Amino acid sequence: MNRRGDIGALLERFGRGEVAAAARLISVLEDGGDEAERVLDAIFPGTGGAWRIGFTGPPGAGKSSLVHRVTGRMRARGHRIGIIAVDPTSPFTGGALLGDRIRMQSLSADPEVFVRSLASRGSLGGISNCTDETADLLDAFGKDIVLIETVGVGQSELEIAEKAHTVVVVLVPESGDGIQAMKAGLMEIGDVFVMNKADHEQAVGAAAELEETLRLKDVPDGAWVPRVVLASAREDTGIEDLVAVMVEHRRHLEERGLMEKMRRRILRARVRNAIMDRMERRLRESPSVRAVLERRMEAVYRGEASPYRVVRELEELVTIR
Amino acid sequence: MARKVRVLIAKPGLDGHDRGAKVVANALKDAGMEVIYTGLHQTPEMIAESAVQEDVDVVGLSILSGAHMTMFPRVLGLLREKGAADMLVFGGGIIPAEDVEELEKLGVARIFGPGTDTGDIVSFIRDRFPAN
Amino acid sequence: MDRKRYEEAKRRYHETLERCGCREGDFTTVSGFPVRPLYGPDDVEGLDYGEDLGFPGEYPFTRGVYPTMYRGRPWTQRQFSGFGTARDTNGRYHYLLDHGQTGLSVAFDMPTIMGYDSDHERSEGEVGRCGVAIDSLRDMEILFDGIDLGEITTSMTINAPASILLAFYLCAGEKKGTPFEAMGGTIQNDIFKEYIAQKSWIFPPQPSLRIITDILAFCADHVPRWNTISISGYHIREAGSTAVQELAFTLADGFAYVEAGIAAGLDVDRFAPRLSFFFNAHLDFFEEIAKYRAARRIWARRMKEKYGAKDERSLLLRFHTQTAGCTLTAQQPENNIVRTAFQALSAVLGGTQSLHTNSMDETLALPSEKAVRIALRTQQLIAHETGVVNTIDPLAGSYFVESLTNEMEEAAEAYFRKIDELGGVVAAIDRGFFQREIQRSAYEYQKAVERGSKIMVGVNRFQLEDEQIEIPLLRIDPEVERRQIEAVREVRAGRDNDKAARQLELLGVAARGSDNLMPAIIECARCYCTEGEIIDTFKGVFGEYKEPLFI
Repeated sequence: MNRRGDIGALLERFGRGEVAAAARLISVLEDGGDEAERVLDAIFPGTGGAWRIGFTGPPGAGKSSLVHRVTGRMRARGHRIGIIAVDPTSPFTGGALLGDRIRMQSLSADPEVFVRSLASRGSLGGISNCTDETADLLDAFGKDIVLIETVGVGQSELEIAEKAHTVVVVLVPESGDGIQAMKAGLMEIGDVFVMNKADHEQAVGAAAELEETLRLKDVPDGAWVPRVVLASAREDTGIEDLVAVMVEHRRHLEERGLMEKMRRRILRARVRNAIMDRMERRLRESPSVRAVLERRMEAVYRGEASPYRVVRELEELVTIR
Repeated sequence: MARKVRVLIAKPGLDGHDRGAKVVANALKDAGMEVIYTGLHQTPEMIAESAVQEDVDVVGLSILSGAHMTMFPRVLGLLREKGAADMLVFGGGIIPAEDVEELEKLGVARIFGPGTDTGDIVSFIRDRFPAN
Repeated sequence: MDRKRYEEAKRRYHETLERCGCREGDFTTVSGFPVRPLYGPDDVEGLDYGEDLGFPGEYPFTRGVYPTMYRGRPWTQRQFSGFGTARDTNGRYHYLLDHGQTGLSVAFDMPTIMGYDSDHERSEGEVGRCGVAIDSLRDMEILFDGIDLGEITTSMTINAPASILLAFYLCAGEKKGTPFEAMGGTIQNDIFKEYIAQKSWIFPPQPSLRIITDILAFCADHVPRWNTISISGYHIREAGSTAVQELAFTLADGFAYVEAGIAAGLDVDRFAPRLSFFFNAHLDFFEEIAKYRAARRIWARRMKEKYGAKDERSLLLRFHTQTAGCTLTAQQPENNIVRTAFQALSAVLGGTQSLHTNSMDETLALPSEKAVRIALRTQQLIAHETGVVNTIDPLAGSYFVESLTNEMEEAAEAYFRKIDELGGVVAAIDRGFFQREIQRSAYEYQKAVERGSKIMVGVNRFQLEDEQIEIPLLRIDPEVERRQIEAVREVRAGRDNDKAARQLELLGVAARGSDNLMPAIIECARCYCTEGEIIDTFKGVFGEYKEPLFI
């Protein structure tokens, strides 16, 4: 047993609503392995209630501050909030500096808000591998809204669309974020676009440009049309509008039964990913696969066998029951 | 997946001298740890709540305003109350030797004064969490 | 020596140098400027005495702001001090004045600096700890009990609430019969460096600047001997910047205040003569001297050429210096006396107007009486025993010092261009430019010390095993907090509360409008409104600054 403690006892304390137990269980999830699966098995029946909202966009766009502001408004409406803030792990040292709490200081005093900083760890880009599981845990802990804030770099940002019901893309007027957003595919996944720093002189123009671009998108009849909101996290303006549009998006999903549809899609994707992960790990760890690889790579190096030939040989070894 | 050491670096009190806290945060990060930095002007309540939610292994408090005899005991007490008595708490700042003794008696694992080599802080933590 | 013989001799010397070889080592300044083994005439080629140096008291003031410098008047020995209650600190002031100190400098505790009264919950454990606790005019009266405010000048290290502490001071003098015009001193009042380095902010930049320009205008009319902003590089350096960053960021802040004053409709010559500076005296002896000399030249040039100042006093960069607290070591603390002496000497050779020398025990606690006396004696030794005061700017014309002065100026100019590109000081603060530059330098320096390429005696070389500290330390009695809380509650109970409430209301009205805030603050001070009450009134109108994320 490690510092994390006995899983059964932790789950019991978790059931009683103890914050420390919930926090420690997230660490268990992060560590992965059998204990993590045991925790997930136990809490999963309690999930499904939370509205999961992703906040993505380039670094420095003000995602944390906006999450902070939105949380304040949602709290005023009586919601219980979980926040997952992801920061990058250094590929060189494996360390990470997680600073999102600085922007959320006043939340530390509110017992109904649970903030957890995650390092992206093994994951290639902007989301921790453990984001879904942490969201599950907060969901089962009774948070009815879970806000997920991504790192804001790279293609993996797009994964947020597979984790959240509502995706908020945060942009700033300066430095050509609009173009970057298009390149990065953020235009495809955003349900709500926030032009943050609305007091910036170019904000209105940038928002109009963004709306223009979005209008060119093909939206099927009856589908949600992405919206653009002008806001300033710093000046605390436009936040009500933003929350209203987010709520509208949720209502749109619910009225058309899309929430359930989306939930199923998300779960299907998770199962698929989990299978892939598990298979990959089993392959990587299988001594017989390793042995074949080691033996046959020589042939590949010498040009006697193609890589595909070796794969076919390996396939014969693997049986999926 | 290997377990990572998670460390909360916080600045309780009203002073704004965060040079040391930030240097230490960066050094621990460079040593492969996950460091949560809370920012300035934190109350003991905010620090304890953050430490618990983040489920850190280690809490580092930096204080140079002279309020250490108020802040450290308060944080230790709150951690205990919140079911996180097992977290390792260390400190840094301008703290007279007699106070250091007293704080260590109260449960602060170590006080690092000015001129500390960040390597010493790294090994101090690694010694206690050798898995990493 | 003619040119040909010179070139020949130079070639010969460099060959010899090459042959003998230099030892391995880090030959850079503490800020990382590479230093060559020898400097000569080539290094100051193009230096024009009239244009680049000038005589002392003459444009561009590289050699000093006054014609006589220390031959006329030595620098002011101004030890920064404050602890406990106003009564405790008053005792220390009398002690320092009795020992020959020539000016006062108030250190406030953190609650005063952050605008909280002593009985506020955020003040718990902090009252009187790292400075003196001042809650209202009553404390200020006690602080200067028995001291003639018309005789002495006082410097107050206070920023976000500077307007309020200035009002308390002026009212305290007024009650003793000294009119506003007769009082002299300095408030730090430099909010930019708070956002950049020191982090004791309260309000966002725009309202902060409005308060500052109100002070500039008010003092120009009513307190003409007051230095309204002490533009501070000290804290930028303490936060870990290099000498060049200290120089460049401080002057950039200074120019930004000038621009703010002009934008507020003030004539530059009406307020610029009362701007002063505050620099750090760090370890690298010559680099520091070059920094002060370059600072004077840059300020004079820009004030004249860019801002069109006509009054010569607007061109003078007058500065206070404090030796570098961040270079003091907890190990073998007595060594700090020596470090401080060298640092103080560089400030004097750099032409400082006033000086604070740190006490050896400051990495351990607040300085004890004996430690403070040695620190003060260090200044007296320099002034009276070393003979360096006999001649003005004795290092002028040194190939090395002049070359380094030029390099510092160029490097600072490069930073000014960068700051302009970012859209000015406020925009650069918003983007975290200064903060990141300083943090990077701080971390690099720490790594250099840990690698051993920068040597700190007693820290990474020449350590002692099992060192015992043998310095008596000053302890703050926890009773101080309780007594001060009682005192502020007594003030609130004993004043005319209707009047106080009315004045605070009027202050709120002034804050929402655009009238100068100083008269309203002074009225509040007169009826014993507390600092916290005044700050809270402002917070209601101006909001609070939030810590940005730069790590």
